Amino acid sequence: MEPAEIIQHSGGVIGVSWLMVALPLLGAAILLLFGRRTDRWGHLLGVAMSLGAFAVAVAAFVQLLGLPEAQRRQGVRLYEFIPGLADMGLLIDPLSISFALLITGVGSLIHIYSIGYMSHDPGRRRFFAYLNLFVAAMLLLVLADNYVVLFVGWEGVGLASYLLIGFWQFKPTAAAAAKKAFIVNRVGDFGLLIAIFTIWTTFGSVAFNELTGGAVDGAISSGDASQGTITAVGLLLLLGACGKSAQLPLQSWLLDAMEGPTPVSALIHAATMVTAGVYLVVRSGAFFEAAPTAQLVVTIVGVATLLAGAIIGCAKDDIKKGLAGSTMSQIGYMMLGAGLGPVGYAFAIAHLIAHGFFKANMFLGAGSVMHAMNDEVDMRKYGGLFSVMKVTAATFMIGYLAIIGFPLLSGYFTKDGIIETAMEHNQILGWLAVVGAGITGFYMSRMVFMTFFGKRRWADDAHPHESPSVMTVPLILLSIGSVFLGAFLILDNRLMRFLAPAVGLPEHLPGFHPFSVPGLTTLALVAVGVVYAWFRYGAAEVPRLAPRGSFLTTFARRDLYGDALNEALFMRPGQWLARFAVFFDNRGIDGLVNGLAAGIGGTSGRLRRIQTGYVRSYALSILFGAAVVVGALLYVGNM
Amino acid sequence: MPWLSTLIAVPVLGAVGVSLVKSDKLAKQLALAVSLVVLVLTGALAYLFEPASKERFQFAEVYEWIPRFGVHYGVGVDGIALVLIALSAVLVPIVILASWHDADGTGAAAPPKRSVKTYFALLLVLEAMMIGVFAATDVFLFYVFFEAMLIPMYFMIGSYGGAQRSYAAVKFLLYSLFGGLLMLVAVIALYVIADKGTFMFPELIGVIQDPTTQKWLFAGFFIAFAVKAPLWPFHTWLPDAAAQAPAGAAVLLVGVLDKVGTYGMLRFCLELFPDASKFFTPLVIVLAVVGIVYGAIVAIGQTDMKRLIAYTSISHFGFIALGVFAMTKDAGAGATLYMVNHGFSTGALFLVAGFLIYRRGSSQIADYGGVQKVAPLLAGTFLIAGLSGLSLPGLSTFVSEFMVLIGTFERYPVAAIIATSGVVLAAVYILWMYQRTMTGPSKEPAHVMPDLNWREIWVMGPLIAVIIAMGFFPKPVLDVINPAVDKTISSVHIEPFTPAVAEKKGAGQ
Repeated sequence: MEPAEIIQHSGGVIGVSWLMVALPLLGAAILLLFGRRTDRWGHLLGVAMSLGAFAVAVAAFVQLLGLPEAQRRQGVRLYEFIPGLADMGLLIDPLSISFALLITGVGSLIHIYSIGYMSHDPGRRRFFAYLNLFVAAMLLLVLADNYVVLFVGWEGVGLASYLLIGFWQFKPTAAAAAKKAFIVNRVGDFGLLIAIFTIWTTFGSVAFNELTGGAVDGAISSGDASQGTITAVGLLLLLGACGKSAQLPLQSWLLDAMEGPTPVSALIHAATMVTAGVYLVVRSGAFFEAAPTAQLVVTIVGVATLLAGAIIGCAKDDIKKGLAGSTMSQIGYMMLGAGLGPVGYAFAIAHLIAHGFFKANMFLGAGSVMHAMNDEVDMRKYGGLFSVMKVTAATFMIGYLAIIGFPLLSGYFTKDGIIETAMEHNQILGWLAVVGAGITGFYMSRMVFMTFFGKRRWADDAHPHESPSVMTVPLILLSIGSVFLGAFLILDNRLMRFLAPAVGLPEHLPGFHPFSVPGLTTLALVAVGVVYAWFRYGAAEVPRLAPRGSFLTTFARRDLYGDALNEALFMRPGQWLARFAVFFDNRGIDGLVNGLAAGIGGTSGRLRRIQTGYVRSYALSILFGAAVVVGALLYVGNM
Repeated sequence: MPWLSTLIAVPVLGAVGVSLVKSDKLAKQLALAVSLVVLVLTGALAYLFEPASKERFQFAEVYEWIPRFGVHYGVGVDGIALVLIALSAVLVPIVILASWHDADGTGAAAPPKRSVKTYFALLLVLEAMMIGVFAATDVFLFYVFFEAMLIPMYFMIGSYGGAQRSYAAVKFLLYSLFGGLLMLVAVIALYVIADKGTFMFPELIGVIQDPTTQKWLFAGFFIAFAVKAPLWPFHTWLPDAAAQAPAGAAVLLVGVLDKVGTYGMLRFCLELFPDASKFFTPLVIVLAVVGIVYGAIVAIGQTDMKRLIAYTSISHFGFIALGVFAMTKDAGAGATLYMVNHGFSTGALFLVAGFLIYRRGSSQIADYGGVQKVAPLLAGTFLIAGLSGLSLPGLSTFVSEFMVLIGTFERYPVAAIIATSGVVLAAVYILWMYQRTMTGPSKEPAHVMPDLNWREIWVMGPLIAVIIAMGFFPKPVLDVINPAVDKTISSVHIEPFTPAVAEKKGAGQ
């Protein structure tokens, strides 16, 4: 089935769906404009605006469910944004509303959690302003009905991410990480911009409803657009997606982004913003489905990143960086799914939603642990925390079981769907994804054993305690999602059928095969990973200082030398180029001009005199000269 | 009512008044009041302006000035001129308010005290010239304003500037005079060859037909404008002038005066010499693209804030010139909007930099650090100004840059792709500067670096409000610009852009 037509909205909540963006934007504006005067209640306003957006999203979702499938893509035109180019318009359809529910739902829980987490921070009000700004921008991104408005949201979340990674700006590392994230993302945005330009010059529109699969196929078959153009559009969109979603080769910013406060890592750098790349690829399905080469590259990037992230995750002692590696890896799975057409889309989005829950769950759990351990992030100084913070530990372990794909929990269904679909397309990619699942079993178990089990390796002044309920209640809610969401979305192909009006439906719906060879192999490999981790980090003593480790460990610890590569290829040559350009500009162009002036003036000595001494006389002589010219003209004119 | 003559006369009379009053304080207040009157009048003018009007120039006034040579005092505005006049009218009161103490000799690195009254009188004279140059519909009158603008600016840099002010002022003057002389020759030659006995611009359109003549005359005008704008490689006067000028003068220099260059390209080069414009397009596009990348890279390497901002402007002028010579509707409208937005954006950056320099007495980036910790509001406005410099969507500069790039891509995809790399470089130069000055541990105690005071908030508030409002709702301004740009582009007689898909559809019908 092809995606449905976009129709004019039918009123109701969908007609005011812009409130989803406007409410948190208003919250951010109030908190930033009125400054310290809002310090006392600012966090409450932030939470209220996020919850308000969630309420609108739920109501719009309910309204959408009540409509026949053919009417489930509704456009809400707000105003003319750039005349002739793009309208400010929203598109409420199953895909965008799924994201809106995730963003506002998980987002609200993280807002609530932050009340507790940031309670001692003097900048809490500013923090909530930025969180609100993020929610507004992210909703604009997913609700946009054309690429230009999407781009506004796309860079808006980049700004929010920049502000929040660098929230503690006085830390030089945080400031550097924020800048790095923005610049690397801009490299991706460069690709997205050129994709938009190409789409515009080819189709004369940037609106999603003009860029359907039919339009793309029609343009190719009529010769208006070459296959190469469509492939280029796909690859350029992918470049944009790689930047936002920390996929190879633009992955390096995500690990540094962990400098931000932990709720930020949970919301932006795990559950929502970093998945925007997957959204972009799925939303642009019309182009990718017409460009098999681009699709293949999407899957290759996905698999490469899922392995790279998993390997990085194995060697990190910093709990947040370990989770960040894992996020990279899980988004790799989603990207793989997004490169596999309509069947893959549904699994990718399902995994994305489930991941939003279990990864936010674990990040917030990590935040709870840090809260208890004086902001210590080194897992080598954790250990045996299960007995002192049972709620955090239990919810974290639910998230853990969900991510490794423990049978019947969320990740089990969603990840398996991606792997099975990949197998049908390309055996090599499929088996590599299976290997990745095995590594996931190892590094996530390592994290759990090092943190919650084994000997206590705490610092002397650490007195861990369970976090307050404003933090643990969101953990519990998220862990419930981590348990059930996968089964709910996958069984009966529920999400696939729901998304059909937005992304299309394959002719043959996939069945659920729990005992297939890849499925069983995955389970076996995960089990091996868990057991191996148990022997290394559960049963055996974990040294408080990291051992030197093998070549492979160093490789993983250094993020596969991604930063070293960037530095050697771009940063150092870039600095050298900038220095040379400054020198060239001062000595070359300007020197030439000054030299020429000196030559005309006779001696450089005279030039110096012009420069220092008789300046005013020159200006006066010009004024005088101009007056003479005008006077002469007047005189001659009147003759 | 002679709106435009009033707009030019009010600041001139105001300048006389300012120089006559007794106290410095009164002079400042009078200057601010006069500039606000001009702003209100400009608002009324914009309100009365009819974008859809068939008339090419509205509020037109034509009087004979030198009948023997057909020189007229001719003024009038189309959408392009109107938005640039509005830019000047908005910026001048802001600059006056921002420059309140610049001539007092009170700042941490201020030059010796000079006449306060003269400074504010010069600002008003400059405002009159800026309005005049955009309103002129007589080529000779345009030239007179074009040159006369130099004089107040020269004194503002040379007398009120930083340590190297004399060198910078002379360099500014010599460069401008060189360009101006070329234009004078071209203006006179245009008059003689056209043989129409008039300098009125509308009557000179389409008169010069001979290709060789067009090329020579084009060159005369274009080089003057390329120096003014400035385009690479005529740019080296700008960093010196902008760095040495007091912040307020730098705003008007880079924000408005330099726009006369790009305005001139759009108005005079394209319309008077359409064939030559098309002939030279590849060259101009190369210069523009080189300027975009080169200006950005040199900006990254700067150690002085004001020089850095000046180089970012060289990069941005590349975008504007690219938009003008891409000769598509989107790029042309984008370039015109860019002229306006860049004025506000760079204005905001220079002014915040000025606030910093007033406090600390240095424009060296390395002398700052951790300002955010002690002066969060100052840092916040610096960041917003910076973000508009890197064309963040949601801020006005994005709309214009996007339109320039997409419009250029319609005709010259390769140039557009190279130019788009500027968005990455812009992130580097802005955010690196922010990181070095505003983040990290604070270098200054709070009493050295107090946060914005109310006067400064009133300077930055309106600028930021305009930048955000035009970022989300550029339509009112574009509706004024679009018809004027369409007319200009159509006079070049170039095949308009049509998307590949629509082309076929149109052919099939």
